[in-house]
Amino acid sequence: MVRRIEVKFKPEFRDARAEYVKRKVKEYLGIDVDVERIDVYTIDINLNDEQFNRIKEGLFYDPVTQIASFEPIEGVFDYLLEIGFLPGVKDTEGETAADAIADLLGIRIKEGEGVYTSTQYRLSGDIKKEDVEDIAKNLLANELIEHWRIIDFNDWKANGISAIVPKVELKHKPRVEEIDLNVSDEELIQLSNKRSLALSLADMKTIQAYFGREDVINERKRVGLGEKITDVELEAIAQTQSEHCKHRIFNGIIHYRDGEKNETIDSLFKTYIKGSTEKIAEEKDWIVSMFWDNAGVAKLNEEWNYIVKCETHNSPSALDPYGGAMTGIVGVYRDPMGTGKGSKIVAGTYGFCTGSPFYDGELLPRMHPKRLLDGIVEGVRDGGNKSGIPTVYGRVFFDDGFIGKPLVYVSAIGIAPSEINGEPSHEKGIEPNDLIVMCGGRVGKDGLHGVTESSLEHGAWITAGHVQIGDPFTQKKVHDFLLEARDLGLYRCITDCGGGGLSSAIGETARFSNGCEIHLDKVPLKYAGLDPWEILLSESQERMVLAVDPNKINRLKELAKKHDVEVSVIGKYTNSGKFHVLYEGKTVAYLNMEFLHGGFPRLILEAEWNAPEYEEPSIDESNHNKILKSMLSRINIASKEWIQRQYDHEVQGGSVIKPYIGIKDDVCGDAAVIKPILDRKEGLAIAAGINPKYSQIDAYYMAACALDEAIRRVLAVGANLNHIALNDNFCWPNSIYDEKKNPDGKHKLAQLVRANKALYEYTTYFKTPCISGKDSMFIDGNIKTKQGTVKKISGLPTLQFTAVAKVDDVEKCVTMDVKHAGDLVYIIGETMDELGASELYEMFGEIGKNVPKVNKEVALRIYQTVEKAIKEGVIESCHGCYRGGLAIALAEKAFAGGFGMEIHLSKVPSNLVEDYKILYSETPSRFVVTVKPENIEKFEEMCKNVVFSRIGRVREDTQFIVYGLDGNKIINADINELEEAWKSTFKNF
Amino acid sequence: MVKVLILVGYGINCDYETEHAFRLANAETERVHVNELITREKNLENYDIMAIPGGFSFGDDLSAGKVLANKMKTNLHDEVMEFVKSGKLIIGVCNGFQVLVKYPLLPSMEKQEATLTFNDCGRFLDRWVYLRINEKSRCIWTRGITQLYLPIRHGEGKFVVKDENVRKKLHDEGLIALQYCDKQGNITDEFPWNPNGSIDSIAGICDKTGRIFGLMPHPEGYLYKTNHPRWTRGESEKGEGLKIFRNAVEYAEENLV
Repeated sequence: MVRRIEVKFKPEFRDARAEYVKRKVKEYLGIDVDVERIDVYTIDINLNDEQFNRIKEGLFYDPVTQIASFEPIEGVFDYLLEIGFLPGVKDTEGETAADAIADLLGIRIKEGEGVYTSTQYRLSGDIKKEDVEDIAKNLLANELIEHWRIIDFNDWKANGISAIVPKVELKHKPRVEEIDLNVSDEELIQLSNKRSLALSLADMKTIQAYFGREDVINERKRVGLGEKITDVELEAIAQTQSEHCKHRIFNGIIHYRDGEKNETIDSLFKTYIKGSTEKIAEEKDWIVSMFWDNAGVAKLNEEWNYIVKCETHNSPSALDPYGGAMTGIVGVYRDPMGTGKGSKIVAGTYGFCTGSPFYDGELLPRMHPKRLLDGIVEGVRDGGNKSGIPTVYGRVFFDDGFIGKPLVYVSAIGIAPSEINGEPSHEKGIEPNDLIVMCGGRVGKDGLHGVTESSLEHGAWITAGHVQIGDPFTQKKVHDFLLEARDLGLYRCITDCGGGGLSSAIGETARFSNGCEIHLDKVPLKYAGLDPWEILLSESQERMVLAVDPNKINRLKELAKKHDVEVSVIGKYTNSGKFHVLYEGKTVAYLNMEFLHGGFPRLILEAEWNAPEYEEPSIDESNHNKILKSMLSRINIASKEWIQRQYDHEVQGGSVIKPYIGIKDDVCGDAAVIKPILDRKEGLAIAAGINPKYSQIDAYYMAACALDEAIRRVLAVGANLNHIALNDNFCWPNSIYDEKKNPDGKHKLAQLVRANKALYEYTTYFKTPCISGKDSMFIDGNIKTKQGTVKKISGLPTLQFTAVAKVDDVEKCVTMDVKHAGDLVYIIGETMDELGASELYEMFGEIGKNVPKVNKEVALRIYQTVEKAIKEGVIESCHGCYRGGLAIALAEKAFAGGFGMEIHLSKVPSNLVEDYKILYSETPSRFVVTVKPENIEKFEEMCKNVVFSRIGRVREDTQFIVYGLDGNKIINADINELEEAWKSTFKNF
Repeated sequence: MVKVLILVGYGINCDYETEHAFRLANAETERVHVNELITREKNLENYDIMAIPGGFSFGDDLSAGKVLANKMKTNLHDEVMEFVKSGKLIIGVCNGFQVLVKYPLLPSMEKQEATLTFNDCGRFLDRWVYLRINEKSRCIWTRGITQLYLPIRHGEGKFVVKDENVRKKLHDEGLIALQYCDKQGNITDEFPWNPNGSIDSIAGICDKTGRIFGLMPHPEGYLYKTNHPRWTRGESEKGEGLKIFRNAVEYAEENLV
């Protein structure tokens, strides 16, 4: 019997969630409406009346604050809006409810039974049905994952509301399709397109040739396969060769032309990224493992390693920002969890790039950037908080180019003892006959074709099957289980199951033993009716794959039972050289391992660099007070504390430098610091550098500045310059030239080449290795315009560097807030005429041409100086000059510390003759520090290798005063006013 | 040595630092999975203190702490009652506090009289709060402390009671252990001092024996000077949250071991 339970707050208690929705409706849609919220549980479990009553009373409501009823709860309203999940969409609360019912009643939930959650909003006000549609469609529901009903009061009064059971019932009988590859080139292409394989004609012909080989035909015959390729094989190949897995652009051959100069680059990845890290690794003994595993590994101290991975999760977040971002953060945790023998996740970070939340232009994206950002923020919040992993740091960068596709960076940091049971923890291996064990979530149609689709531009054709929703609760159980299993030595190899599902996870790990045998019918499913290829490729979340010695499987299963984690033996690793897949005893795929992982033609691409030509503007600087306040309130500078406050950044007890600091804990610092081993003094400083605006002029310096920013941020809190591990994350617009579809593809690819050249140049000079990284090569979208046309929008080429650096002694860390009146203010580094693509120019509607450039020799000397000064304790506060330049850095330092300042621009080392240029130039590598009077001599002595100057002092009061080059006061403002300007932009977020 | 059971599993996530806190307080600790108690592989009676750490047990589904409370009550009720009767101690922090009021073990054991519901702001919050210890409280865990500064990290931390009688009882019987206050120590309802809208700014309560204690702020989040948000401004000498754990361990040493 199906029954609904409705749960509502008693009138005498405030329902904060309903009030929140009321506020959002007003804010987003300008509709005034009163909101009552009702949680609805639709229970499709065979229970008797007594049992139904027991679960209602025992589980579904809080007797202090709420009421619950099987009948619709009485009320008066104008419209009722009820939103529930579409069939097959992950409903974690429904699953928990079903488990809790089983526990309470001591029963077993049968196949096909379940609990489904939905939310009812009862709306009252001067509204029409269209308004409710608007609220549903444009604020509360996402049609890709949810369904909704709108019922008016009279209808509800007369007819009540029916129960909807969004159960998946596939009438489909699983089958394997055989596909003839002996067809024309045109048909091959059609086949690739029809199945969204993202395989080129050359790829298709490679497959065709392989399947035409006599030895292949004979071998396949022996296992019962015909001459045609099966859909399982084709999908597995497409997935393995996808951009996501093989990084085909980064591994392609590129002909790069810069004016007269021609150059052929044999793999950007090999030449620049791997090339750099391998060179640096020769002299950095703290690099433990890089590139081959799920994440990079470095040494924290003699007993502990740390493991870092940064990822992006862009396309899914564009469709379902909440689910996509949550899947992103929860998914990236699995990388360090599956690195080496596995690690414990101790921190996460985020980076969000979207269009302006205040966007009001001609484009009509499916979701407004503000709503998209809201969803992304909340997805990372729930994913991180519910995982018990502190989200310690994050960046947000707005540019309307990201309306096509948002960027969602997520990173995870894990720790592991350097040795586990006498073996190095970063190593793993597999013996033939080891069992393939899948643990965690069950498999459904989630995320099918996620991997191949990230190789394509985002458009309306992406199916809902793409969207996965993470389940941090299930994964937390898996994580607890795996850490215990690791320490007991119950598995030999571990890897995560992410993009590409089992196909990728097993296909990759099978390389250790050189073969595998997978039985797809052994894979536990969420619902029947999946085709074998779907089981193999599904991206259902929260799964890990283990290689287990058959002698240990029983102990592993017992441990899994304790943790309430589902584990299934789904095959074994072999040394057959074959990727062998069976379903109900019949072979459905039989591929040579070497063919699956290699043997495909490389991309050959054209890149051509033509520097864009811009002019330098001149700026009206008549009112510096006003300019400073306007700059502080710019969306890329203003406070985004509302995001960080929702993120638990302290769980696990290791918080040392929090993301927001200062006298009121409300100004964002340069970096976060954690102490992952509670009773040791070593810490990890964590920050990121990102500034895609500079790509408007030259992606070379965009990359250099992002790197310089990441390094300076961690140095500013006291990190060790000798020990900075980087993650590079490239997010690039489509760089494959096509005369019609992508006419500027060569330019975008040239920008990619240049960014890579910069990466190599600067990382090798600074000796800061990229120990892991990732690329997302299609940050484009096709968006409707107000005129009804469709416009292709490409995001700015964006490279984010995440820096994780060792802090030798966390008690030596410093923060950016000024500490005492009377301290002296210093700038380190010369200020140049570098306002190209700066925040100031953007505010005045200009771009300019003088993009900020990193001078590596100068930068390194500055880094060394700052590192030393902090270690020796002569600096009271330290802050880098980033977006917005010196003026912003100084103002932030002042209001963070609660003291005013007086600053003399004439003292700032520079050849510039305009005040505004000194204040807002974005010359990299600069720091602003404060020093106690008694430490002046010591500090100045330490600075002898760099350009520096004492430019002012910290005042006793709260006045922020700047004297211009001519000695006149040009800025005179109270720090509270400045802080107010900085906080005003997102005050209501 | 005092033996502390640190409850783990099902989304509990402050277990490591809670264990660390009790170790710093000179107790012997053991991480025990809920299911190990249910299968009787481990027995509650072998421990002096039970800690239900913070976290997101069962993902906060069906309201925070509810499902874990039910699981314990359905499967472990006799053992829990015996544990309480024998004079042992229980602490529930954050999600653990939510478990204790929904079980209910706090403020009393008969019927649920209080709860923790959604913050007035409608969102999860991580921020530090000033706390005043109720000098009239019976709470063993807060003895000798007058003020504290600790982080809160919750979405459902607003303490409310069923009716005025319960409220009166909390006050009259000294069950209120600590309350949110401003920097100067004045108890106030104002945000952000009272971060969630709790009635009478209640942040933590105890039972009538003073041995069962639940609180929303995280004492295990302030075990080291460097946890303090402004330690770089010289505002902290040492981890103040440790005192709470010391009090309990000392009490157990004197009365239970």
